[in-house]
Amino acid sequence: MAAAWASIAAAREGASVVLVDKGYVGTSGVTATAGPGHWFVPPDPEKRAAAVAQREAIACGIADERWMARILEETWQQLPKLEGYYEFGINDAGIKIYGAVRGPEYMRALRQLAEALSVRILDQSPALELLLHHDGSVAGARGIHRQRNEAWTVRAAGVVLATGGCAFFSRLLGSRTNTGDGYLMAAEAGVELSGMEFSSQYIVAPAFSTMARGMSYAYATYYGPDRRPLDIPTQAGGNRALARHMLRGPVYCDLGRMPLDIRARLPFISPNVMLPFVRRGIDPFNDQFPVTLIAEGTIRGMGGIKVVDDDCQTAVGGLYAAGDAASRELVTGAVSGGGAINSAWALSSGCWSGRAAARRALTHGRRANQPAQPIGQPAFRPRREPVSIDLGQVITTAHDEATHYDKNLFRSGPKLERSLERLDDLWRELRDSLQGEGVGLVRAREACAIVASARWSYTAALHRSETRGQHQREDAPDMLPRFAQRQSLSGIDRIRSSFQRDSGQAEAKTG
Amino acid sequence: MIELLVKDRCTKCNACVRACPTNVFDEAPGEVPVIARQSDCQTCYMCELYCPVDALFVASDCAHPEPVDEAAIVASGLLGQFRRDHGWGEWSSDARYKNQHWYMGEVFRRAREGEGGAR
Repeated sequence: MAAAWASIAAAREGASVVLVDKGYVGTSGVTATAGPGHWFVPPDPEKRAAAVAQREAIACGIADERWMARILEETWQQLPKLEGYYEFGINDAGIKIYGAVRGPEYMRALRQLAEALSVRILDQSPALELLLHHDGSVAGARGIHRQRNEAWTVRAAGVVLATGGCAFFSRLLGSRTNTGDGYLMAAEAGVELSGMEFSSQYIVAPAFSTMARGMSYAYATYYGPDRRPLDIPTQAGGNRALARHMLRGPVYCDLGRMPLDIRARLPFISPNVMLPFVRRGIDPFNDQFPVTLIAEGTIRGMGGIKVVDDDCQTAVGGLYAAGDAASRELVTGAVSGGGAINSAWALSSGCWSGRAAARRALTHGRRANQPAQPIGQPAFRPRREPVSIDLGQVITTAHDEATHYDKNLFRSGPKLERSLERLDDLWRELRDSLQGEGVGLVRAREACAIVASARWSYTAALHRSETRGQHQREDAPDMLPRFAQRQSLSGIDRIRSSFQRDSGQAEAKTG
Repeated sequence: MIELLVKDRCTKCNACVRACPTNVFDEAPGEVPVIARQSDCQTCYMCELYCPVDALFVASDCAHPEPVDEAAIVASGLLGQFRRDHGWGEWSSDARYKNQHWYMGEVFRRAREGEGGAR
């Protein structure tokens, strides 16, 4: 979604734009299967200020109100421009609703608009590594068309990383392609990540299913193994309470409290929600069905690539980050932005970075005749003689370490250290001896990216030895004033952490 | 996971090959597409939405393959239900399947205000 907005914004500035997607622009990513209700507030100063104040109050001191106001304004400006491509709903009072849009139709609209603006779309074409100029600025990217087994190279004045967050292969609906690839590419270029400790959001879903759609569970009743109702808070803390029960035994659910008129409307609000139930012969309003909590990683967590200016540029000139690939701490702090803030951020950061990349192209040119260095490390340039590595086992181990409730939701220093030992071992093995070839590079780089992302996440969690928002340490349950700042990480082998007060204003170091 | 491609319905348009976000299908020259990498399926149902002739069926289990009876599924009426409820293709002018996603905010509001009783 952020990538599509970036391509549209860049094309509107008059640049020649290539949009590459690991999957298909329209079905890829977590927006396509969901229904984002953008943070959408009219430009009434009082309403805007109240909306920002409400979020600032829960952001645990590390968000930035100026950035919140910026995404409110950008979303307000841009979303209605999809008119003609998306048929916005009209409520019972006759008012057009712009904020809440349905995923498949929204992504279809963005694709159609991008195509109308002559954006060149390369589907099924995962990006694998960045190219840099000798002066350190970005020169383009390389990847492969995975169906034709054809390598591609795009030389560009600007590159927007909009690769999504990392779900650690958790089976979160629509997230299979979100493996942290952009984090790895950015970190290889020397770019810092920020807020990677905020990666412990979970969402309830039927135990047999990927169907992580929260709305219906506003009417859920949960039951223990004895099928008696559990006392689960409906608001903050509900998932942690559920997880504690799930560590002990199965938890069941029914949606029997959902009013009848909403049940009747449900297939036309969110047509995918009922599919797994119907196909399994379950009546979720009357039958108890087993539920699980699916890890949302940095998708509804907040960590990601650190941006250093208002265009969402990184510390590498011409390299931008948008959507879940970028840290969302600026707009949502230490608590999840949920669908509303995150979609407003994805739209806004996409538009800003796309516009800035286009302006850069129009002023600097592509410099396509100058030499450029591919900088991918693991799976491209092993340090030792390559050996065969069971990537399925690597992914399973990294997934288990990064998503297990006991390790990730109920964090402690010793548990994080134990996980990091295992993840560091995996990383060394991949770094030393993994060599990907052809389309095999895609899975090889995915495995590297999720191991790297898990290491960043837990390294950051270890250094933030306090509890703040989503990041909760059982061994450090208080929020401490000295940690009231964002944490940056750098490095892919030796990871360095630093806490610093900054407003995201620093200049990019290369022009 | 994706379990079934109904050969009798498939027109070999390969829309599923193009649209699958996890590249589960392979194009087969002159033949219907092949479910080549079932274990990569993310159970997102997008292939069903993009199949204009409702030839695909995704079963409910996201982690394990399960046996399916093609004749029973064809007879069940489940094929194409998702595309119909989205109001795509021939359903786009049918008022019954109009996109009501805008109502999501109301659903949350009614829950917050206590409708449906306490949990």
